[in-house]
Amino acid sequence: MNSYNRVVLMVFIITVFTVFVGRLFYIQVIDSSYIEAARNNAIKKLIIRPARGSLIDRKGKLMVINRPFFDIKFVPKNLPLEFDSLTFCRLMDLEPDYFTKRMAELRKQVGYSAYRPQIFISQLSVEEYAKVQEGLYHFPQFYAEKTYTRNYPYGSGGQIFGYLGEINQDQLDKDASQYYNPGDYVGITGIEKEYEERLRGVKGISYQYFDVKGRPQGRYKDGAEDVAAKAGENLQTSLDIELQTYAEKLMTNKIGSVVAIDPSTGEVLCFVSAPTFDPNKLVGRNRGKTFAALAKDPLKPLFNRPIKGASYPPGSTFKAINGLIGLQQGVIDVHTTFGCYGGYNGAIHVGCHAHRSPVDFEFSIQTSCNAYYCNVFLRLIDRNNQVDRNYKDWYAAVQRFGIGKKTGIDLPGEVKGNLPTAEFYDKVNKGWRWRGATILSLAIGQGELGVSPIQMANYACAIANRGYYFTPHIIRKSPKNKVEKHQTGIQQEYFNYLVDAMEKVIEGGTGTIAKIPGVSMCGKTGTAENPHGEDHSIFIAFAPKDNPKIAIATYVENAGFGATWAAPISSLLIEKYLHDSISRPALEKRMLEGSLLHKYPGYINPNPPATKPGEKGDQPKPTTNDTIKPQAVWPVNRKTLSSTSIAQR
Amino acid sequence: MAGKQENPFKYIDRPTLILMLALVLIGWVAIHAAVYSPQMGGPFNWEHAAGRQAVWILTSVFLFVVLFSMDYRLFEGMASISYILMLGILVATIFLGKEVNGAKAWIQIGPVGLQPGEFAKLATCLMVASYLSSYDVRLENQTTQLISAFIILVPAFLIILSRDTGSALVYASFIFVLQREGLSIIYLVLGLATIAAIVLSILIPAPYLYGSVGVFMLFYVLFSRRKKQATITAITWTGASTAIIYGVQYAFENILQEHQKTRILLLLGKIEDPSGAGYNVNQSLIAIGSGGFLGKGWLNGTQTKFDYVPEQTTDFIFCTIGEEWGFVGSTVLIILFGLLLFRIIHIGERMPTKFGRIYAYGVASIIFFHVLINLGMTMGILPVIGIPLPFISYGGSSLWAFSILMAILLRMDAGMRSTMR
Ligand SMILES: [Zn+2]
Repeated sequence: MNSYNRVVLMVFIITVFTVFVGRLFYIQVIDSSYIEAARNNAIKKLIIRPARGSLIDRKGKLMVINRPFFDIKFVPKNLPLEFDSLTFCRLMDLEPDYFTKRMAELRKQVGYSAYRPQIFISQLSVEEYAKVQEGLYHFPQFYAEKTYTRNYPYGSGGQIFGYLGEINQDQLDKDASQYYNPGDYVGITGIEKEYEERLRGVKGISYQYFDVKGRPQGRYKDGAEDVAAKAGENLQTSLDIELQTYAEKLMTNKIGSVVAIDPSTGEVLCFVSAPTFDPNKLVGRNRGKTFAALAKDPLKPLFNRPIKGASYPPGSTFKAINGLIGLQQGVIDVHTTFGCYGGYNGAIHVGCHAHRSPVDFEFSIQTSCNAYYCNVFLRLIDRNNQVDRNYKDWYAAVQRFGIGKKTGIDLPGEVKGNLPTAEFYDKVNKGWRWRGATILSLAIGQGELGVSPIQMANYACAIANRGYYFTPHIIRKSPKNKVEKHQTGIQQEYFNYLVDAMEKVIEGGTGTIAKIPGVSMCGKTGTAENPHGEDHSIFIAFAPKDNPKIAIATYVENAGFGATWAAPISSLLIEKYLHDSISRPALEKRMLEGSLLHKYPGYINPNPPATKPGEKGDQPKPTTNDTIKPQAVWPVNRKTLSSTSIAQR
Repeated sequence: MAGKQENPFKYIDRPTLILMLALVLIGWVAIHAAVYSPQMGGPFNWEHAAGRQAVWILTSVFLFVVLFSMDYRLFEGMASISYILMLGILVATIFLGKEVNGAKAWIQIGPVGLQPGEFAKLATCLMVASYLSSYDVRLENQTTQLISAFIILVPAFLIILSRDTGSALVYASFIFVLQREGLSIIYLVLGLATIAAIVLSILIPAPYLYGSVGVFMLFYVLFSRRKKQATITAITWTGASTAIIYGVQYAFENILQEHQKTRILLLLGKIEDPSGAGYNVNQSLIAIGSGGFLGKGWLNGTQTKFDYVPEQTTDFIFCTIGEEWGFVGSTVLIILFGLLLFRIIHIGERMPTKFGRIYAYGVASIIFFHVLINLGMTMGILPVIGIPLPFISYGGSSLWAFSILMAILLRMDAGMRSTMR
């Protein structure tokens, strides 16, 4: 027997075990990739979405809250091969072939994976979820995940609040903070967008163990590395939700805007874009369908008119600015008078309605005299033959009222409107030397001017405050929300004359329909020319006369004279805000029920309006005409109405 | 000499007993950790593997005590009977066996299922010892070689028929027994080393292989009496091994076609196949590899506990040890196995009878092969072949079979030492 016979087995054992220890040393100590692989296997990072901040009105009422919804989810791979979808659908109270259809839908989706959770039914309400809970118990492969969607207890304010939508790839790419994940919801418009960073809160992270079948097995390190979610900020707005809801009701079946501001602070009290929509319809399962219908609506309910609708001129409401600038620059004083015999008769003719003559500053506002303002404007622009310089001064003075520039309201997408520059007129007139008469339509607030309802309301604030305004804002002032005070640069005494005149507009002028018993109110009517149909009705007002609490601008499209619709609606809102009651139920009823939809081009009413064409005569007639519409005396195509067309006459 | 026997427990080989008990306890603790969840209650819950293993451990202790109380001279006589009986049971299993995981290796007796294959090793071991120790049997003789091969290969063949190829592979371990008893080393070298070299050449990067060969030869030279001759032999073998390793790797890379290579690599668990055998090896490596130097701590593992590793209480039990006890714990376990094997060999060498020595070598070889194949599989250096890790893996048949194997060995050792005094 050879000597090595005894050692062979031992040598083998030593060799093999040495290899094993070496191998173990390699995979356990040298190669660290397995640690990472084990982590990836068993520990999943779960994102905990925080509750989005609520929106509260000025009186503490909840306007925008979160409501829990349930998504029923499942991992297709976890279903048994012989999954009985018929029984399942029956237990879940679904169509028998829902499962088959849903699976087909899911498989078509980009990035579908049978190993990843898929949404089987999305956004069940609490009540709907309660019904299917029993069925879910029998099918543990399906589970419910709680999510939150927005809810609007008042069903109003959709235009201000905006809506949420799933984040798109473009937004994800631009997300420098790496906050978002696919599938997150972000504010698309309105306050939801403007205050996204404060409303969204801070996401939480939870590391959890999962077994091989994807069942949770408790928290990793007992949650030591978890990050708690932080709910979004609840933001207090300056809105009065009841006023808002009332304003939306008054604007039902009309197109236009209402913006009311507390002039002493710049806080927006109500903000209506009509037609509007119930924001509750833009959440939940039917969101997509509702959204498509709204987007297709010819009346454009998704268009935010108060900040974006700056295509119409301010009409007679603009006269007050020219008057104030005239007084400030000394081209007139309050006693200066101009004659008016059917209008202004200079190089061109601008018509006016019948009233006594001559006209001083106060009466010019009260009766809205065109001739008076043509004279004031010509003095402002043509004085000393320095048209260019004078126009630039005028331009700057107008801009200090917040016209022709963004007001800075805390809503996305505001437009600056149009205040034509001197350069613009140089270009339009192609070197021709233009003068005041060339651009005379500006004297009475017509022509190229484009002023948005928010700018108009802001302007009303400047008058109410006798010389200054605050940046209009919806989210209350706080260290994070600075509010600036803007001076108009016009002496307070001139405002006092104007305010007195505006009070007379209500007491015995073009706006008497707006008179509220027991309230000293100041207002000014206006009519914006509309090349596409009847003129737009405009009204600005504030009340009370001393220490004003509310300033308002109301636009009603295609409504004719300012006094017909805009003034009564403003008046009802002011009364509602100041007294919280309405003393003129007949007027209220007429405004609530009145429909102007038949006047809008392209509108096809599925249900004929309550007001039949024959009943039109019952509608209120203004006690005084606002203005004689210029086109009545200018036989020119309204579409080409401009300074050049006036000049060529 | 044959007079009244002294209490055999007085002569039991304590180191072996302690090593054995240590391994069984490590196994029990590891099984508990492999299926642990906070809700499951303690390790004595019958619903869980650790609780059932406790029952297997207690019954094994009982079996051990019973066998240890028997007359040690009876075992030699029982060899032929148990061997023939076992062949009968194996044949019956092929036809009557219960199919588990594709193998018809189970027989249901009342509430417990047993694997006759586990016990067949024991019977074969006894039979081989009995035959080779009989008078006038010399392994240089070709007839003896053939009969020995026959005794070993018949049960292996029957086990293959019941589609339990892994267990059949263990019978190859008897080559060590034959070699110890004088079979020319050439068989071992040709049979075992070549296969190992081929497999290892494919699996392991060349530097590791050359290193292993070097260690192997170093030990050979150190343990040899005639150093000069041994050195020459060692150099020759190293050369031959190098040639084999290089040759196999060359052949594998250059002669085999791509799909053939893929098939072999897949079989060897070398490339990943997430849905098949590759998944198991990958998860096993993740579990062991993530243990690091000191491990994640008892019950703190995630890969076995959360079922990422399949068969985590039986064939892949080492994953739990690797994951929770790390490199240190795993090495300790390997050292314990090494010590146990060396002790068994030591016991074999001190046996006064040829039967005892051959039996001891059989036991050592069987345990060694189990450890080799099982650990090699979990570490991803050997193909996935499902056989249990002795004393550690969950399972009644396996634990009972190894307990009986050890009981007979220790009883003979104790008996002979007591009579020799
Ligand atoms: Zn006049």
